Amino acid sequence: MINIIWVAMTVIGIVFAMVNGRMEEVNKAVFEGAQEAVTLCIGFISVLVFWLGLMRIAQTSGLLDKLSLLFTPLMKKIFPDVPADHPALGYILSNMIANMFGLGNAATPLGIKAMEQLKVLNGGRNEASRSMVTFLVINTSSITIIPTTVLAIRMNYGSVSPAEIVLPTIITSLFATTCAVLIDRYMYNRKNRNRVK
Amino acid sequence: MQIISTVSLWLIPIIIVAVLLHGTWKRVPTYEIFVEGGKEGIKIAVSIIPFLVGMLVAISIFRASGALEFFVGLLRPFLEFFGIPAEIVPLAFLRPISGNAALGVTSDLIATYGPDSFVGRLASVMQGSTDTTFYILTVYFGAVGIKKMGNALKIGLIADFIGITASIVIVTLIFGTI
Repeated sequence: MINIIWVAMTVIGIVFAMVNGRMEEVNKAVFEGAQEAVTLCIGFISVLVFWLGLMRIAQTSGLLDKLSLLFTPLMKKIFPDVPADHPALGYILSNMIANMFGLGNAATPLGIKAMEQLKVLNGGRNEASRSMVTFLVINTSSITIIPTTVLAIRMNYGSVSPAEIVLPTIITSLFATTCAVLIDRYMYNRKNRNRVK
Repeated sequence: MQIISTVSLWLIPIIIVAVLLHGTWKRVPTYEIFVEGGKEGIKIAVSIIPFLVGMLVAISIFRASGALEFFVGLLRPFLEFFGIPAEIVPLAFLRPISGNAALGVTSDLIATYGPDSFVGRLASVMQGSTDTTFYILTVYFGAVGIKKMGNALKIGLIADFIGITASIVIVTLIFGTI
């Protein structure tokens, strides 16, 4: 899908330029776009190095594990099908904490491990269980505390206050995730009711 | 609204202090571990380069040719009725499909309209507050061989829609539409 969108944007753009007589601008855009992308990524290095370095300390010292303990009671409510002492719950929690603090690369392997465990719980079937759908929905709406790359972009373009969007981002993502969990619960209940009938 | 900017400004420094003090208390060699973890940041930043080059070139062509103006102009009367800036539509559309493509659009919007403009702030919050539904679905279910996805895609996309709508409402409420 992304392939089609990418090609469409480029080709439609060039066709428009032919009609509008804007070939010169388009030529410039190719090289300026590429250069801007590289400049931006170099700008990412600063924020990413600092943040990932700091988060490695939090991982090593056990601070992130301690945080995930805090969320255990809530997770038991959200995942009623997962037994309290099952390893799946631990992976789910570590995955969510990693996502919250902008550690996408650490979050993905943990998420896959959580899915493996949930599959075991579901008897190894190739069908998504209730908990799997819930876990996936929480991940796609993603609770974010520190949006690292966005901060880097804002700094790069000279924002007066790069961090002013931190709390609005937290509020928005919390709201979306809560709605997602509620919709998931509602759909599950509706499906079950139909089955009983 | 003063509180919101204060919390936003204090949050990162407070996390830094908490992490460093906890690390020291647990006798972690903080500086050495920091350097070790930081190396990963360089890898990630460099690995994003091709994604962003591809996307930003396409967006730049689309903008410079006048095509973006044309399509945004078509949507504008309808969207402005709801107080939605038409410029944000490409981002809202791409966000669930590709994280790196959306990152390209976000940086393009921030570069064009300024990080402290309504569109710039809106793009920042939209980019930060939802994740790439299609990518997560493919990776997580693909890795463990799930064929029947149930309601996951439907709910994921509804959640994206809610997140995008919520970011417009929340940014408007907090910063106004300037």
